[in-house]
Amino acid sequence: MAAAGPSVFLLMVNGQVESAQFPEYDELYCKYCFVYGQDWAPTAGLEEGISQITSKSQDARRALVWNFPIDVTFKSTNPCGYRPQRVRAGRVWERRGPRLRSGARALLTWPHSCLKTCFRHKKIIPMFVPESTSKLQTFTSWFMGRRPEYTDPKVVAQGEGREVTRVRSQGFVTLLFNVVTKDMRKLGYDTGPLDTPGVSGPRVPQGLPR
Amino acid sequence: MKPKEEKVKIITEEFIEDGEDADEARQKKTSKVPRQKRKKQLLAAGPEEMVPGKSHVDNQQDSMHEGSDTRLFGMTSRRGPRSLPPIPSASRTGFAEFSMRERMREKLQAARSKAESALLQEIPTPRPRRLRSPSEKELETEFGTEPHREVQRTQQEDDAQGYSRVKFQDSVRKIKSKRPVPPGFPSAEEAYNFFTFNFDPEPEESEEKPKAKSRHGTNQEEKEGEEEEPPMQEGVNKTDEEELLDGRDAEDLLLGLDHMAEDFVAIRPADYESVHVRLQMEKELLFIPSKLTVPTYKKLPENVQPRYLEDEGLYIGERPQVPRTNQNIVENRLLAQEPGRRWFGDDGRILALPNPIKPFPSRPPVLAQKQDTKAELETLYKKAVKYVHRSQHLIGSGDPPGNFQLDIDILGLIFTHHPCFSREHVLAAKLAQLYDQYLARRQRNKAQFLTDKLQALRNAVQMGLNPAKTPKSVETTPKAINEYKSEIRQTRKLRDAEQEKDRTLLKTIIKVWKEMKSLREFQRFTNTPLKLVLRKEKVDQKADEEAYEAEIQAEIHELLEEHTEEYEQRMEEYRSAQQQWKAWKKAQRAKRKKKKQAVEEHPEEMMEEPDPGEEPVKPVPPEPPDWAVIEQQVRERAAQSRRRPGEPTLVPELSLAGNVTPNDQCPRVEVLRREDVKRRSLYLKVTFNNKEVSRTDSRPLGADFRVHFGQIFNLQIFNWPESLTLQVYETVGHSGTTLLAEVFLPVPETTVVTGRAPIEEVEFSSNQHVTLDHEGVGSGVPFSFEADGSNQLILMTSGKVSNSVAWAIGENGVPLIPPLSQQNIGFRSALKRADAISSIGTSGLTDMKKLAKWAAESKLDPNDPSNAPLMQLISVATSGESYIPDFFRLEQLQQEFNFVSEEELNRSKRFRLLRLRSQEVPEFRNYKQIPIYDREIMEKVFQDYEKRLRERNVIESKDHIDTHRSIVAKYLQQVRESVINRFLIAKHHFLLSDLVVEEEVPNISILGLSLFKLAEQKRPLRPRRKGRKKVTAQNLSDGDIKLLVNIIRAYDIPVRKPTTSKFQQPSRSSRTFSEKRATSPTTHSPTHGADYPLGQVLVRPFVEVSFQRTICHTTTAEGPNPSWNEELELPFRAPNGDYSTTSLQSVKDDVFINIFDEVLYDVLEDDRERGSGIHTRIERHWLGCVKIPFSTIYFQARIDGTFKIDIPPVLLGYSKERSVIMERGFDAVRSLSEGSYITLFITLEPQLVPGESVREKFDSQEDEKLLQATEKFQAECALKFPNRQCLTTVVDISGKTIFITRYLKPLNPPQELLDTYPNNPQATAELVARYVSLIPFLPDAVSFAGVCDLWSTSDQFLDLLAGDEEEHAVLLCNYFLSLGKKAWLVMGSAVPEGPTAYVLTREQSHYLIWNPCSGHFYGQFDTFCPLKSVGCLIGPDNIWFNIQQYDSPLRINFDVTKPKLWKSFFSRSLPYPGLSSVQPEELIYQRTDKAAAAELQDRIEKILKEKIMDWRPRHLTRWNRYCTSTLRHFLPLLERNQGEDVEDDHRAELLKQLGDYRFSGFPLHMPYSEVKPLIEAVYSTGVHNIDAPNVEFALAVYIHPYPKNVLSVWIYVASLIRNR
Repeated sequence: MAAAGPSVFLLMVNGQVESAQFPEYDELYCKYCFVYGQDWAPTAGLEEGISQITSKSQDARRALVWNFPIDVTFKSTNPCGYRPQRVRAGRVWERRGPRLRSGARALLTWPHSCLKTCFRHKKIIPMFVPESTSKLQTFTSWFMGRRPEYTDPKVVAQGEGREVTRVRSQGFVTLLFNVVTKDMRKLGYDTGPLDTPGVSGPRVPQGLPR
Repeated sequence: MKPKEEKVKIITEEFIEDGEDADEARQKKTSKVPRQKRKKQLLAAGPEEMVPGKSHVDNQQDSMHEGSDTRLFGMTSRRGPRSLPPIPSASRTGFAEFSMRERMREKLQAARSKAESALLQEIPTPRPRRLRSPSEKELETEFGTEPHREVQRTQQEDDAQGYSRVKFQDSVRKIKSKRPVPPGFPSAEEAYNFFTFNFDPEPEESEEKPKAKSRHGTNQEEKEGEEEEPPMQEGVNKTDEEELLDGRDAEDLLLGLDHMAEDFVAIRPADYESVHVRLQMEKELLFIPSKLTVPTYKKLPENVQPRYLEDEGLYIGERPQVPRTNQNIVENRLLAQEPGRRWFGDDGRILALPNPIKPFPSRPPVLAQKQDTKAELETLYKKAVKYVHRSQHLIGSGDPPGNFQLDIDILGLIFTHHPCFSREHVLAAKLAQLYDQYLARRQRNKAQFLTDKLQALRNAVQMGLNPAKTPKSVETTPKAINEYKSEIRQTRKLRDAEQEKDRTLLKTIIKVWKEMKSLREFQRFTNTPLKLVLRKEKVDQKADEEAYEAEIQAEIHELLEEHTEEYEQRMEEYRSAQQQWKAWKKAQRAKRKKKKQAVEEHPEEMMEEPDPGEEPVKPVPPEPPDWAVIEQQVRERAAQSRRRPGEPTLVPELSLAGNVTPNDQCPRVEVLRREDVKRRSLYLKVTFNNKEVSRTDSRPLGADFRVHFGQIFNLQIFNWPESLTLQVYETVGHSGTTLLAEVFLPVPETTVVTGRAPIEEVEFSSNQHVTLDHEGVGSGVPFSFEADGSNQLILMTSGKVSNSVAWAIGENGVPLIPPLSQQNIGFRSALKRADAISSIGTSGLTDMKKLAKWAAESKLDPNDPSNAPLMQLISVATSGESYIPDFFRLEQLQQEFNFVSEEELNRSKRFRLLRLRSQEVPEFRNYKQIPIYDREIMEKVFQDYEKRLRERNVIESKDHIDTHRSIVAKYLQQVRESVINRFLIAKHHFLLSDLVVEEEVPNISILGLSLFKLAEQKRPLRPRRKGRKKVTAQNLSDGDIKLLVNIIRAYDIPVRKPTTSKFQQPSRSSRTFSEKRATSPTTHSPTHGADYPLGQVLVRPFVEVSFQRTICHTTTAEGPNPSWNEELELPFRAPNGDYSTTSLQSVKDDVFINIFDEVLYDVLEDDRERGSGIHTRIERHWLGCVKIPFSTIYFQARIDGTFKIDIPPVLLGYSKERSVIMERGFDAVRSLSEGSYITLFITLEPQLVPGESVREKFDSQEDEKLLQATEKFQAECALKFPNRQCLTTVVDISGKTIFITRYLKPLNPPQELLDTYPNNPQATAELVARYVSLIPFLPDAVSFAGVCDLWSTSDQFLDLLAGDEEEHAVLLCNYFLSLGKKAWLVMGSAVPEGPTAYVLTREQSHYLIWNPCSGHFYGQFDTFCPLKSVGCLIGPDNIWFNIQQYDSPLRINFDVTKPKLWKSFFSRSLPYPGLSSVQPEELIYQRTDKAAAAELQDRIEKILKEKIMDWRPRHLTRWNRYCTSTLRHFLPLLERNQGEDVEDDHRAELLKQLGDYRFSGFPLHMPYSEVKPLIEAVYSTGVHNIDAPNVEFALAVYIHPYPKNVLSVWIYVASLIRNR
């Protein structure tokens, strides 16, 4: 059976979290993790990562640069439902003590084009954090240094339950990633002309609708 | 550059010429021809090259080569010219012109050189030098010589050419500068002069210039044109024919003509076909239609009169304009070409669609400015304009930025009446008005139109009557004719009315004019310049009369016809009436006859009988129409309304030619009036949407009561104009202004833009009353023209404003009109259809039938394009093409979006799997990596699921030994499923707190405290407790979670009894037996004290913790009160590796904490070896256990407390050590409790966030008021004591909210329990509690994982035989209530359960706290009572919340009557409404089948034995049958005594029977739910672990059945080792 053809397809992503623009913060680190559906499994690389702490650059750009590499490979059988989604969380490292202050969080879903086209994507992603529910809490959270944050950063990868939150964007993150897929067309997923040009034509796998 | 070179050449040639001067004279004669040629060449080159600066040299060279190339060709033709005279006639004719051109060319060159000179001036030096460069010269010479060498004649020719050019140059030079040419190079100055000199054109040249110029470009064609003619005139002319060829060729030919034609052979001329011949041929071949008009009869079929539909009143669109000639040509052609086809209409004209060109352009006008290309390409700089969004000013949602402009042009104002009008003015105004009316009527000329229509109708009727004449119009049925006739009648009436009106108007005009004249005469001055002239137009009397007469005749005819018709009708009526009458008459007569007879017989009767009915009137025959009468009528009418025949037509003409009498000749009153008029001035205010936007200048009122403004206002608007008003203000002298009137202007259509708007006159009038003391008539005041004051008139101030309103056009030609969307389109379209609506009502627009009816009735012309949309609508609606389906399809496209069919979806295993997973079916909820191919999905994946589906209703007793349990399990499963399904949905509702972690709003105290803390001194040495971090369960994996169990110490561990020697003491045995209830083991102490010396080890206990088959144990401590203080770490594995909250909640594993005694046996066989080695065997004896469910740990996060050790009732070889007297002194308070205790601390590392119960609002059947009260109550309680549990409403098993007191109601316990101890209520209570505790415990959190706490009623609980604390407590409480006790439900928290429910009863003097799950009871002051805090008490009719300072049962007062201590729910303000209970009236108990119980007992025993053998795979397991049977007999005794103190009796018996065995074992007691927990319990004791070689086992099981299938299970498990 196995010789008949691949039973999974692979999605390799590498790239890096380049930099960020967070005008309100001076020092940030970045944390990322992947959210993926049940049919996805990481085969190589790191699913989660925490970067070094970076300070704002001295020049006019005020950029927070990490250049933090991402390299992960997933295998999957069904791209439907959940494509791997990237959630990343940036947090502020405060100077006055080893206390973590949640800074910004945001979500990146793989744009659909990522599956379609391979190669390089550069994305600038706005990030957001949940807002305090009241003005008083805004003040106290500022005062106490404990901003509201998501119970689970992966919440931002779900559509469910988002309606109860209010968020605010505080900055942008620049991401660069290269996407390569393998065997998608062999499994009957036609994602465009760029995918596996070596295959003569889409072979409809057995059991799939003809 | 190139023209320069040209010049250079010319100059160089000049040198050459010097040398050839001699030839000059000779060549002079012939020079003319070369010059011509040259000119031709240039001209040819001109249009061809189009480059003005084309080098002459190149040109010549070109021609040279061409000449040589085409020599052969040229030879053929050169012969001809040769024979001709040197100057061909054609050339001669054009000679003058040619010379002219020559000059022109020079001019051009001069101009060119002039431009050149500008360049030269800038770079003066290098130019001349380059000119003289030898290489160039060489090139020139080369050029000159090369052809010379090759062909002699060419050289000659060249020379000649050169000569001619030189000559020309010479002459030019002579004209220009007359300078001698130096033999060498021209000096710089010369060159400069040459190039820069302004050539003065000769006068005649300048005249010819434009002509030549215009010809320049088209010279070639012109020449051809010119030369085309000669052949026509002169016949064959070879040369000219040749010249028809290319200009250059011709030139070459000519070049060759002079000198070399004789050298070649003559060739016969080309064939030629004369034009005439050709024309002739063409005539034969071609058909040219004539341009003459085709007579109509030709176009129509024979014997058909042309029919003009338009005259018949039908609508015919405007035909497109085609020139008459073209039309004629087409008609002729069609007639000749295809006579069969019907190209012509009834009127004999070509069928044509209406003119498609709209009368006005729909495209915005483009400003057709003539700009040259440069200007168009020019970029204009415009300053950046800051865009201000003004959309808020727009009405509606209008998004485009509004910058619209409305241009209002106010021309002037004319008063038709003004207070200052004199009488004459009034008349004049009247006259003017009448005249206007007259003009308007004349323009419309309705009378004429109607006359024409009448004529057309008559014709139609005529045609209809004579069908033979018009075979085509078959459709003119009699009905149509009748219709025509009726129409004729109507039209005639209308026409007559119109004509009469015309006539009256004319008469009135004349009358008014006469009045005016008389007035002028009367007052002896003239105020107005009006003058009426009546122009008489003579008419041809005879023709007029004839027409008149004909008309009258026609009318008479028609009338006669009409009357005849009427007459006939009447005649018909008359006849029928006559008939009737006659019949009646006859009948009457017959009657009379009868009557007569009757009268004769009975005369009196006749008198009585009256006439039956009125006698019908005898019909009068109608009079036939009388010709004379009709004629009389017609003539009278004609005379009245029509111009008499022969009477001249009167055309009134009003002019302003009259003179106004100057002021000094007028009477005083008139002068005063005029003065007054002069004092008055007027201005207009423009208001837009009721806001003044601008006003005109104030202008004086003229003597003719006209005011001219001539002002244009550009209104920049943002809103759609709703109203546009002009207000007329009048100022008299210096006094104030008065508002005369308001003039409402219509808002223009969007198509009306500036420049196209017509000037409109809008009338206004005012109702002001003015009386003046001078000649002015005033307004609103009666006045009269008559001297006697009769015929009074009241006139109001009125007038007309002439204005035009239009939309402005923006800079780019776009009209500045607000978008149509802003307008009320519906309103506008409604206006358009106003007529339709008014006739059928608005509702009719939707009712198609009505609309169609209306359209048919009103005889809408269906051909009129303005009716087209309506007609189409009607036709669609009536034909029913667009029918509306009477069903509604919800998702009509769903089928389109299904990417596979339903059965395909079901057939594919993969799709099925995907679907099941997304439905969160338990089996597939966490299925990972669904394979892509069907073949990779194993069939067995679905097996479980399918089996479950299949067996949902099939009761299966394989797993569950007794059928009832399996039924219950199934039922429970189903309830669970349905509840879970319900809550799966609820789970997807999120609250903010689910998603976002946020700090609570701190209140003042916390803030103050934290502020205070800031100021606090730092105490670095003071340790601080740090909260542990909680971990959400998602990203965990096996091994991440550990269970930490800290075993601190234990109390009152049973101690070993002395060995064999002790057994022989019967006294002890008997004594203990007598003290059955053995509350005071003190009696032992003296003996113990005597037997054991102080300090001897009584017991060496250690603790073993087993969890999920992982076992850890502590070190061994010594003594009955050991202290270990050790931390054990056990790994935790979630089922299926799923660490989600729901999965963790449903973990059913228990933590077993077993206490063992470590016993060392000396196994030395031989005493001799004692010196050399120690051989000991370690045995461990189980003492007791504590069982804590994992779910409790999970929800509590940590468990910290002292627990009672579950010690088996019989512990052979051990006894409770109660020897220490001191200890007893302490224990006054815990006299009621006995047993061993262990202090534990259990937690999970890392701490897991427990899943939260669903806080869904459930349905309720409770009173809304009550629910509100509960909420209020709970809120109040939570405010005071947030940690105390307060429960008012609970959710029942069907998911409804129910008030909690409804659960409490006295319920009867099983009768057999009551019968056991009829005289001992305390014992009965204990028995009942035991019964309740025997019902298996199943926490809700496990069965309804992550859902909520469901309360089942007692009967449900007993049916299910499973429930958690609440159910047990409720049942127990109900039993107690039934027993007549005062009992309450206690909601509080206990160890280890956490929040739980206990039962409180009030005995005579004290309170007892019952643990419903274990059946134990505690006194209020028992320190070892597991209940640690009390939140509220619940009785059958009220709820009391604990508002005391403390919540520990030790420290609170349970007297609920004290409102200061207990806050009651129902109080005086809210009395208890008497809620009915949800519990059943009575519980019915079935006796349990004893046989079934016995069978179960056997099966369990068998299973357990097998299990023990399984657990000992490496050893032989022997069963001691004798011992087993002994134990089996003993177990029922235990049950009867409820496991209390049968020890010694039992021990004695055992010893008697198994004297020579070392026996270790114990009975286990459990409620029965399933087999699995029994196995676990047996396993946890570790009996099987004994690996002594000669060990034997004994196992006995006893099941005691209680009513309602409650089973009490006893398992006695023991190991026996034979003593040697």
